Amino acid sequence: MLYLFYFFAAISVIAALVVVSAKSPINSVIALVVCFLSIAAHYILLNAQFLAMVHVIVYTGAILVLMLFVIMLLNMNTIVEVRKPMVTRILAVVTGGLFFLVLLAATRSGLSTPVPEGFDPGIGLVKRIGMSLFQDFLLPFELSSVLFLSAMAGAMMLAKKDDPSNVNRPPSSEPDLRQAGPNEKAA
Amino acid sequence: MVSALDLHVLMVPAFPLLGAVVIGAMRRKLKGNTAGILGTALIALSFVVSAILFLHRGADEPTHITTLFNWIHVGAMDIPFAFQLDALSLWMMLIVTGIGTLIHIYSIGYMHDDPRVATFFAQLNLFSFSMLLLVMGSNFLVTFIGWEGVGLCSYLLIGFWYTTPEFNYAGRKAFVMNRIGDIGMVLAMALMFYQFGTLNYVDVMKQGGMMATGNPLIVTATLLLFLGATGKSAQLPLLTWLPDAMAGPTPVSALIHAATMVTAGIFLVVRSSVLFQLAPYTQDIILWVGVATALFGATVGLFQNDIKKVLAYSTVSQLGYMFAALGVGAYSAGMFHVTTHAFFKALLFLGAGSVIHALGGEQDIRKMGGLKGVTKTTYMTFLVATVAIAGIPPLSGFFSKDGILASTFAESPLAYGVLVFAAMLTAFYMFRLLFLTFFGTYRGTAHLPAGQAGPHESPKVMTVPLMVLAVLSVIGGALNIPHIFGGHDWLKTFLATAADGIGMERLELSASTEWMLMALSTSLVLLTIWYTWTLFGKKTTLDGEPADMPFLKRLIAKRWMLDELYAWLFEKPYSWISRHFFGIGEEKIAVPATVGTGKAALGLGEWLRKVQTGNTSFYLFGMMVGVVVLLIITLFGV
Amino acid sequence: MMENVMTAIRLVPLDHYLILSFLLFSIGMVGALVRRNIIIVIMCLELMLNSVNLLLVAFSAYHSDPGGQIMVFFIMLVAAAEVTVGLAILVLLKRNTNGVDMNQLNRLKW
Repeated sequence: MLYLFYFFAAISVIAALVVVSAKSPINSVIALVVCFLSIAAHYILLNAQFLAMVHVIVYTGAILVLMLFVIMLLNMNTIVEVRKPMVTRILAVVTGGLFFLVLLAATRSGLSTPVPEGFDPGIGLVKRIGMSLFQDFLLPFELSSVLFLSAMAGAMMLAKKDDPSNVNRPPSSEPDLRQAGPNEKAA
Repeated sequence: MVSALDLHVLMVPAFPLLGAVVIGAMRRKLKGNTAGILGTALIALSFVVSAILFLHRGADEPTHITTLFNWIHVGAMDIPFAFQLDALSLWMMLIVTGIGTLIHIYSIGYMHDDPRVATFFAQLNLFSFSMLLLVMGSNFLVTFIGWEGVGLCSYLLIGFWYTTPEFNYAGRKAFVMNRIGDIGMVLAMALMFYQFGTLNYVDVMKQGGMMATGNPLIVTATLLLFLGATGKSAQLPLLTWLPDAMAGPTPVSALIHAATMVTAGIFLVVRSSVLFQLAPYTQDIILWVGVATALFGATVGLFQNDIKKVLAYSTVSQLGYMFAALGVGAYSAGMFHVTTHAFFKALLFLGAGSVIHALGGEQDIRKMGGLKGVTKTTYMTFLVATVAIAGIPPLSGFFSKDGILASTFAESPLAYGVLVFAAMLTAFYMFRLLFLTFFGTYRGTAHLPAGQAGPHESPKVMTVPLMVLAVLSVIGGALNIPHIFGGHDWLKTFLATAADGIGMERLELSASTEWMLMALSTSLVLLTIWYTWTLFGKKTTLDGEPADMPFLKRLIAKRWMLDELYAWLFEKPYSWISRHFFGIGEEKIAVPATVGTGKAALGLGEWLRKVQTGNTSFYLFGMMVGVVVLLIITLFGV
Repeated sequence: MMENVMTAIRLVPLDHYLILSFLLFSIGMVGALVRRNIIIVIMCLELMLNSVNLLLVAFSAYHSDPGGQIMVFFIMLVAAAEVTVGLAILVLLKRNTNGVDMNQLNRLKW
């Protein structure tokens, strides 16, 4: 059991590191898929079978495939990403490490918390989750549908091609986003 | 459940309120006399309902409470919005609505040409409504609404002709002076709530009545209540607003002086008579404040030349009498004087208004005279009122004033002496006013309105109320004929059912003493009148300001320098403090502080603006650093 | 059965999950800081969300409280909505600037 955990944990961390460091976005997405699958494995280890299924379907099946789709649609592999200066990167890594340490320190009392008495093996089952979702969390559940609706509408609005007849201003006055901002000009 | 009685009770204040709202809302639509007639009709309806309530009231009917709704219910505080119907409130309702109706009728004529006549009637109705609320409230708080409403309306009406700055100042003065008294009332209410846990009159009186005489709490509460009463009823030291209140239209003066407003203080004391009965210390203060005010008003009235100012100081003086009566525990005598005074003072003011109307706005009595032949009705009614206020039998003023004098004599002969002296002064200045206005020859050059040949009598709509009031002034004394004249003290008996204090009062004077006192005061007053006649009766010339007056006379003519005293005592130091606070606090501290804060924020913004690079990674970085810092702080308690 | 599941789960101490979750979160954060490609930043955000999800499920399992798992549902839900909008913005950005550089968004401050 413990070794299984270590195995999947290692996969997660390594995959996460690849996500962050891969040069090509496609590689990043593939690594993220691996990472999420390993997290799903953790869920199963934690007896949350239903959640693991949903996780695989939603994240790997929908979100990440969507990302992959977008990357390929926009032909991103051809774009060379400008790297940030070394100082910034080192600083970011140091801050991240510090953050990790602080989080650990923050929970250092929690790390020794005794495991509570009593155990219910059935909480991860569809039935229990469904009961809980539709009884205790019905209102948030319903509200989330509104959230989805608005996200959908918003995405459509954003991604829709501008109708030239709707543009009131003459094209010359439109700010050219292709040019860098004044800060970069100065630098 | 709303009974027929409740319905009647509610109708009394509802009519004027309706009038105020409707006329106020439609003041631009109502043309000509419509507003006046509507307002008058509503207050008259109110009077009719009051009269019905009065006629149907049994001899010993208990206090009736009509609860409209539960107003304040917070914790232990439970204050209903309720009306109390007993002999006292009923009597006040009759006075307010009755005299109010006559004044409304009169106003139709008086305010006929004013462009804001509808506003005037709306405010007049609101005034009546406030006063009704004041007298009908079943607890101190409802009374207090009316109390404040009366103050507001007086402000509005005194400053009715707001284009003249002085009138506005007069309105403001009345407002501020009343506020000083209101503080007393508020504090008294707080104290009583603290002590009794309720503000209902019935409960407060019941609980208060069981306390020991001279209980410091009761004494404090009554003193505070009396402070409120001095403000509203223009007693020393809060009386300077009342003479200035003459700035308003004359019917307003009549309303303030006769039916509403100034009687509120008397009413409050009588309403709380049980408490005052237990505080002899307060009663002494009331007695002497009343006596001093009576003397003050009477002396100042001697040298006033404005017809309305004379009447104003006369009101101050008469209110002093009423408070003197309350001070010796003669509540019914005080209320009786309130009633008769309402009759003849309303009459005097309306008469004065008629005279002013006749002369096209002239108010200086030195420039009047000889109006007897021209304005016959006004003259006759004015004469009646003057005789009544001077206290000559058998007119109403005699009975009421005599009741007060007799009660005072029993308590303190010194106070009696001062009051009799004040009564002589009253006779003097009132007859001086009468003689200068109506006798002799016309001395004025009054700038009359175009198309008016000379002084003229007022229209019927103004003279009829005068005649009604004259009749009341004559027979009003019959309400409370004392035993020695074979009467039964009807008003006293009537009011005794309302307030325990009235029931407790008794006059321990032998009949012979009473006869003697009456004879004494009456003869002194008659003597004064004769003296006045020799001075002013045949005046034909307009005399200017005497070059040098004796010191005392000059002092009195300047109203005992009371306004100046207040200016010197309060206004000057206050202005001084304000100026210096402005110099130091405002200019040296507040302004630099506020401007400096703005500048600092601006500078800081200028500097912090650079953080907003627009670079998302930078924001993220900042956020993370912030989280780390926060966590470190919480963890290690830095 | 019940005992088995319990011992199986508790074989891995809760601390381990905490550490793993923190590690993933920190990696995601560093990634978001370091990279300039927007799609990778979005992926890093997903990673951070998932580290929290993992922690929630771990706690939920240890405390036998289904509420934690419900929370994971809602987080997934928000993540899905967020990705939808985020990708739409990405497409827009690409269309307008022919690039997916984070720094090009600094014009948004005006």
